[in-house]
Amino acid sequence: MIEPARRPPSRGALSSQGDRVFQILILALASIIVLIFLLSLYQLGRESLPALQRFGFRFFTERTWNPVAGTYGAATMIMGTLLTSLVALLISVPLAVASALFVAEYAPKWLANPVGYLIELLAAVPSVVYGLWALFVIAPILGKWQTAFFLNPDNVGTITRCNELWASQQTNLQCFFVPSGAGGRGLALAIIILTVMILPYTASVARDVIRLVPADQREAMYALGATKWEVISRAILPYARAGILGGVILALGRALGETLAVAMVIGDSQEILKSLWGNASTMASVIANQFGDAQETIHRSSVVALGLSLFFLSVIVNYVARLIIARLTPKGIQ
Amino acid sequence: MTAVPILTAHDVNIFYGSKQAVKNVHLEVQRGSVNALIGPSGCGKTTFLRAINRMHDLTPGARVTGKILLDGEDVYGPGVDPVNMRRRVGMVFQKPNPFPTMSVFDNVVSGLKLAGIRDNKRLMEVAERSLRGAALWEEVKDRLKTPATGLSGGQQQRLCIARALAVEPEILLMDEPTSALDPASTAKIEDLMSELKKVTTIIIVTHNMHQAARVSGTTSFFLNGDLVEHGVTDQIFTSPRDERTEAYVTGRFG
Repeated sequence: MIEPARRPPSRGALSSQGDRVFQILILALASIIVLIFLLSLYQLGRESLPALQRFGFRFFTERTWNPVAGTYGAATMIMGTLLTSLVALLISVPLAVASALFVAEYAPKWLANPVGYLIELLAAVPSVVYGLWALFVIAPILGKWQTAFFLNPDNVGTITRCNELWASQQTNLQCFFVPSGAGGRGLALAIIILTVMILPYTASVARDVIRLVPADQREAMYALGATKWEVISRAILPYARAGILGGVILALGRALGETLAVAMVIGDSQEILKSLWGNASTMASVIANQFGDAQETIHRSSVVALGLSLFFLSVIVNYVARLIIARLTPKGIQ
Repeated sequence: MTAVPILTAHDVNIFYGSKQAVKNVHLEVQRGSVNALIGPSGCGKTTFLRAINRMHDLTPGARVTGKILLDGEDVYGPGVDPVNMRRRVGMVFQKPNPFPTMSVFDNVVSGLKLAGIRDNKRLMEVAERSLRGAALWEEVKDRLKTPATGLSGGQQQRLCIARALAVEPEILLMDEPTSALDPASTAKIEDLMSELKKVTTIIIVTHNMHQAARVSGTTSFFLNGDLVEHGVTDQIFTSPRDERTEAYVTGRFG
């Protein structure tokens, strides 16, 4: 005999009240994030207004940043940020994808897990430790090479020529690769350190998305008579490319904004970018190095305007990246 | 005198680690036939199918013993490159799995490109022939360059069949090719099989006994890793010799 279905006790009123409280709570927490975002944007805009009013759009195109003369132009720093970030990205992405492929596809399990863990650990090392490592380990090596370059009599002509060029605030492709000092610090050291710092972001994201490529995609390619490399290059990487690019963007964001390690090693020069080996600065490194000393309103305001520019640069990069990722994402898989 | 079978399995055993999934299977498949492998889940039919094109090489711990002869050549013989062996065998999977970043055309010719064929005219000819062979040409001829994932599920599966046909396989393995499709798409693929056996030999794993009865000339019934019975499909379904086969085909288990 089947018992008649008994209606459960009504708890509608109670649960809907609980839902409403929770909804309001969540809404409040979510609004805080938006509020903080808008507030910091407002604050950045307000503080950078004097500089932007004084210099206008020339703030972004002017190459002179001279607190003594009261002239502030961010072009050199914008170039420094873009150059260090993009070159570091260019070097680190192949390394990161290779390491992800090794961990996900080639290494036996006993090796894959420790190696993957070590790569992720790179992201946990504090910036200042990277900075110290660069100054104490890499800089002397670069410095030794630079000294040898200066002492080589064959290079005297080149050095003289480039020095003249640099003195007139210019450079060319050849001189860009000639060392301008022997201290080891500079653009190149910043690129090296950024390469290592952003590697784990791309590598761990790439490893995860490569592991998520469905088995039937691999098998479809194998079944057609593909070698392992052909499976990787024709089935796995195309399928995973959008995800890998997501990791690349994460890394780029990190590189654009990285402050302390770069400020320690880049040499803090606001002159034009003369040489890959010479002192330079990025937007973030100038903020870190000058904010404390900026007494005059226009100096302080210019530094904040750098922050605002960095903010917009990051937003633009992220937006473009999203567009690209959306295009690359495989759609409509059954 | 009977023709030389396209496929001969001799004393095939397949292990995953220490677990034996397929036991002492002997089987002959004739050229130009459709052969169905049926049996309940976990009976070893898919495991056996995947041994034919050495897909188990990709699974750590999987091991195949015995002999599988494809047109007289031992698939697992010394010096046989699994990559070359797989080029001679086509495979269609349970779920349609076109390459999502490639166009319809690129999917069809992906096997040819692996073989190093770059000549566009030749690729186009093969693509058309394969798509016609898979009864898909009329539906996609105007959108060969669009992403393969824009097709419906049934079209995607026929695209996968075209992709497998493009390399002119000596044998076509189908692993429950209609289990993810709606009845109309299933009917299309079943109709297709009688055409396909004119150009190749089909071994199809299926859960669906009616499908086996409809499309196959011979049927092999697997149970717990044993090949219980192999014979002409009509006989398997109407007068099976083994009582386990009878119990299965009459729906008493599985």
